[in-house]
Amino acid sequence: MRYVVCIKQVPETTDVRINPETNTLMRDGVASIINPFDMYAIEEGLRLKAKTGGTVTVLSMGPPQAEAALREAISMGADDGILLSDRAFAGSDTWATSYTLSMAIRKIGNFDVILCGKQASDGDTAQVGPGIAVHLDLPQITYVRKIESLDEKTIVAERLMENGYEVIQSPLPCVLTVVKEINEPRLPSLKGKMAAKKAVITTWKAADIQCDPKFTGLEGSPTKVVKIFTPPARQGGEMLKGEPSEVVPQLIAKLKDAILGAAN
Amino acid sequence: MSDPIKINEKCVFCGACVKACPFGAITQAERKTVPVIDLTKCTLCGSCVTACKFNAIWIKEKSAAKIDLSAFKDVWVFAEQHDGEIQSITFELLGEGRKLADSLGMKLCAVLLGSNIQGRTAELIARGADKVYLVDRPELEHFQDESYANVLIDLVNRHKPNVFLCGASTIGRSLVSRVAVRVNAGLTADCTGLAIDPKTRNLLQTRPAFGGNIMATIETPNARPQMATVRHKVMKEAEVNPARKGEVSMETIAEVLLQSKARRLKFVPETETTMNIAEANIIVSGGRGLQTAENFALLRELADVIGAGVGASRAAVDSNWIPYSHQVGQTGKTVCPKIYIAVGISGQIQHLAGMQSSDIIVAINKDADAPIFKVATYGIVGDLFAILPQLTQQFRKVLGK
Repeated sequence: MRYVVCIKQVPETTDVRINPETNTLMRDGVASIINPFDMYAIEEGLRLKAKTGGTVTVLSMGPPQAEAALREAISMGADDGILLSDRAFAGSDTWATSYTLSMAIRKIGNFDVILCGKQASDGDTAQVGPGIAVHLDLPQITYVRKIESLDEKTIVAERLMENGYEVIQSPLPCVLTVVKEINEPRLPSLKGKMAAKKAVITTWKAADIQCDPKFTGLEGSPTKVVKIFTPPARQGGEMLKGEPSEVVPQLIAKLKDAILGAAN
Repeated sequence: MSDPIKINEKCVFCGACVKACPFGAITQAERKTVPVIDLTKCTLCGSCVTACKFNAIWIKEKSAAKIDLSAFKDVWVFAEQHDGEIQSITFELLGEGRKLADSLGMKLCAVLLGSNIQGRTAELIARGADKVYLVDRPELEHFQDESYANVLIDLVNRHKPNVFLCGASTIGRSLVSRVAVRVNAGLTADCTGLAIDPKTRNLLQTRPAFGGNIMATIETPNARPQMATVRHKVMKEAEVNPARKGEVSMETIAEVLLQSKARRLKFVPETETTMNIAEANIIVSGGRGLQTAENFALLRELADVIGAGVGASRAAVDSNWIPYSHQVGQTGKTVCPKIYIAVGISGQIQHLAGMQSSDIIVAINKDADAPIFKVATYGIVGDLFAILPQLTQQFRKVLGK
């Protein structure tokens, strides 16, 4: 079985602020990590490979330094890493990103399961996984919290919904996006770290994966960011002081109307 | 491949572009040198082009629209239903969609897919829909990613909506991501603000990024429909007016589009609670301060009395005190209730990302320096085990329960 895991390198924290003087994002010194949700996707790929045999390929689109994310995935146990890096990809929104990844997956070929994190922690869109599925004309199971069974032809997985879960069966190949509940990602082993150091990361440019320039980067992205700004800060709150017998009635007086209103 | 953005000889080294770049992608080694653009950081947003007074920055323009944008009319809303019940997010979309349709001078239409669902069209009309596109087929009884997407793709190609809104729910996000790719539309996720640009008549879609620390406004200038998923509990529900009149259009769909490779075998409702926290107007949320799984009973009791859903911090979920579906925060759910009561939650940035847009935030914590107090409307420093029971008891009295 061939597992392809799509990962994204993101800033380590979402605690980024706009410098009010220069109106720029203050990201200096913020380290880059693998998107936390993608860690669960890598781990699930490795667990499935342990059961069925096969290979786990990690795939990322990003600047040259995103190679570090692929090496980290290899240190966890992934077999190989492919980086899609080209100026032609600059300015990609989720449409162009999912197109580009899908073209690379076509080139990889012979895939059975494509795994993604449910969303990236910087953009939070959750659109790239389903986008890849459509570009490849594949079924999808999103928000997977558990894989119940997997054989050469079929997968049965549980999809986390707002009020429970669905059990979904799909033929392979299939695209999965996974949530945190699915597993606990392993730490890299010493052997893995050695392998990651030595691994040769394949880099593909737009031409290597037969991308149509109409569909990549800025040109292939229907959406355009026109403004970024800091949300208005929350007003400083009011501290209620005293013994529980004093603060509880105060709080109830403050909340009563809002609670009656919210019930309607 | 030539660079998509360049600084040319008109540059006077003023450095305005360096300051204007929101992504810190432009640097100037020293005065009197041409700034350098780091293409790995540049998103081609164009802020520098606007800031440059000397027309010295050239940015590759997107080709103009290849389609006739004026052919796309009306504002559409996807009517999400579970077991035949229209979900409240749909009424919020109709409320917001009405405003957009009015400012565009277009019709507001709802799209309803399901089985034996015709009886529900009146509800959508009463809430403001001028027209309901109805696809009523046994195959569509429950949401299925492929068949639902196929039907919407077909309807979009057939009727060409200008704007298409959908809830940013599990179903909504899984569904319209497929549709947008297939119809070559722009899709903006999880919007918290929508407006029409008075000049261009484009939809301005505002959304949080980086866990809500940054807001971005996004446009789709050259493609239609302009698609967006909208966060639950942000927009106001449309009011019910049973006297409203509207049209129902029964749509026929080719058999082949109703097939789905992936199939739903069953649905298992969560037993822990009946309240979905994404839907809840009030949430009572517990963290590490609760100390044990058993102590969540204190929270549930309060939640029952005030009609709240029960949430939790990552620390509580990771300790297996409560299932993951209750987790609020960056790796859990983003919620936006009217009232959020955080009990024994310190307020790590990842937690705040999931709840800081709540209307009223109440924090109860024994540590006066806990970051949760920085976002709290009302804060109480104290022992939750002393405060919670009293709160429950007195609410019971006040609310007459």
